[in-house]
Amino acid sequence: MVEIKLEHISKKYVGAKGYSVTDFNLKIKDKEFIVFVGPSGCGKSTTLRMIAGLEGITQGGLYIDEKKVNDEAPKDRDIAMVFQNYALYPHMTVFDNMAFGLKLRKYSEVEIEKRVQNAAQILGLADFLKRKPAALSGGQRQRVALGRAIVRDAPIFLMDEPLSNLDAKLRVSMRAEIAKLHRSLKTTTIYVTHDQTEAMTMADRIVVMRDGEIQQVGTPREVYEKPVNVFVADFIGAPATNFFDVTLQDGYVKTEARTFNLAVPEGINKVLKQAGYEGKKLILGVRPEHIHTERAFIETFPSATVKAKVVVSELLGSESILYTKVGDSEFVSKVDARDYLDPDQIVELGFDLNRSHFFDPETKESIL
Amino acid sequence: MQSNFLKKIVPYTFVFPALLLLAIFSLVPIVIALLISFTGLDITGLGDWSQIKFVGLSNYLQLFQDNAFLQSILNTVVYVVVGVPLVIIVSLTIAILINSGRNSFFKMMRLVFYTPSITNTVAVAVVWTYLYNPSLGLFNTLLAKVGIAPIGWLTDPNVAKLSLIILAVWKAVGLNMLIFLAALQGVPRSLYEAAELDGANYWEQTRHITLPSLKFSIFFVTVTTLIAWFQFFDEPFVMTKGGPLNSTNSVALFVYQNGFQNSNFGYAAAGSFVMFVAIIVATIIQFKLQEKQRGE
Repeated sequence: MVEIKLEHISKKYVGAKGYSVTDFNLKIKDKEFIVFVGPSGCGKSTTLRMIAGLEGITQGGLYIDEKKVNDEAPKDRDIAMVFQNYALYPHMTVFDNMAFGLKLRKYSEVEIEKRVQNAAQILGLADFLKRKPAALSGGQRQRVALGRAIVRDAPIFLMDEPLSNLDAKLRVSMRAEIAKLHRSLKTTTIYVTHDQTEAMTMADRIVVMRDGEIQQVGTPREVYEKPVNVFVADFIGAPATNFFDVTLQDGYVKTEARTFNLAVPEGINKVLKQAGYEGKKLILGVRPEHIHTERAFIETFPSATVKAKVVVSELLGSESILYTKVGDSEFVSKVDARDYLDPDQIVELGFDLNRSHFFDPETKESIL
Repeated sequence: MQSNFLKKIVPYTFVFPALLLLAIFSLVPIVIALLISFTGLDITGLGDWSQIKFVGLSNYLQLFQDNAFLQSILNTVVYVVVGVPLVIIVSLTIAILINSGRNSFFKMMRLVFYTPSITNTVAVAVVWTYLYNPSLGLFNTLLAKVGIAPIGWLTDPNVAKLSLIILAVWKAVGLNMLIFLAALQGVPRSLYEAAELDGANYWEQTRHITLPSLKFSIFFVTVTTLIAWFQFFDEPFVMTKGGPLNSTNSVALFVYQNGFQNSNFGYAAAGSFVMFVAIIVATIIQFKLQEKQRGE
């Protein structure tokens, strides 16, 4: 059982102007897989390093099992960490790399041998134990770094962008392997990444960060379906959400140049009106996968369609990405591969406003 | 055919100037010195080459019966055995200490420790001669303040060698410290962080991360320092002239005295060749040890 609690944690580096992390509050449950995601410089790695004890905490309290550990040395927090560049000891063999932490903690030879062999078995490293890191491939080094964490049997794993040095294909397979590992070991894990796909596929809960502040905490489904603001809607999901500046009037949203005129579903219109947005400006966010070319959809919602000109189209195999333009607005849609169109062709697109997001243009926060 | 020949010859034309210089100023003199060491060349032989007599190995035989030479070998061994480890330990320690901080104090210390390396040995030796002066020198004055009897830094045969070693270490630390510092700054921070999370304290980090990461620079410094100390010359030449009672005479100084003061060129050449062989042997041993370590 381990529970990590971050209370009002802030970090300011010596000599820096502003805070790198501001008022970070989070409770991490036992066995949970938490992913911190955000663009570079958003403070996610800094937060992770504060949990590890590699950075001091400027303000706030960090609790592991109700015990405040702000001032405890990293080695006393009983945390295992995987670094972005693996941080393998170059002069030690794979075996010694994994055994190092155990030797320092005065485990018996027999116990060390048992644990390292076990980790090597899990990670498929049994044949490489006598090699030095320089003689391993990137993926194997990554496994050794994971193995070093596994043998420690620490209750908490921290992973700082562990996959970003791998090529695309290896990244996908290691992603699945880490997820599998978490299912079998059930170690509470905090994972930092800038890749929203990694966050969506691995996390129990995602913490979206920006400029040192938490934007939203939620399950992958929650942050995808109910983004709290424009930033989260933009950051989570690929390709990114399309945003349009629109005005709400008589059950329709329209753009300034009147290129768009989409009927808002009854229920949503009511909520928007109650919130006082009738006749006011809004930001409409529509995900590319919620723009349709299927005839059936267009015939069901004839008043939520737009005729657009294709600028660029990409065929991805099972689906096509269409970059289209109406008047001044450009937007992206993800449609079935059958609906691949050459540039300059006109396409009729239906907007699924039931699954769209509405944001206040001032606060950039979600209205619904 | 012809272009093929050209292709082969072109690379050699690039290295040729360097090889030529190396040959003229290094290889040829070594061979000539070897030849001279088998002759009785002296000042008369320089003027009239017909006077040069081939004496076979008699120079070498005589050397190993010459007490002054044997004493200088013994002294040089002491310089190397005491001085080389001292240089490595002191410069490594200072480098690690300076590397532990980034602010201006540490930058200044880097300059302070490097300064002795860029000052002229003769000037430094003159200053140190004053420091070591038995009655007026700073060291004895300070010792007198705490009630310790004056030490004959350069006049006591038992102490003089040590005095020269202290000076030479002080002078050698700067450059080697800089080499260690450069290597230390190349050690990724994340290695220390990983070790810290693994539970390593400062000493364990130094032992398991810092020292292994510096293996190559330690090897480099060992070899260059070893060669330099085998040729220990400046300090005894300026400060003691090899005295008192030959107690600070080094092989290099012995060679100088016989060659350029007594004009026994053949004899001096033989002495320098003994030194040359010793350096080669020591360096080869170093390389072998290094290879063995890497093989593990």
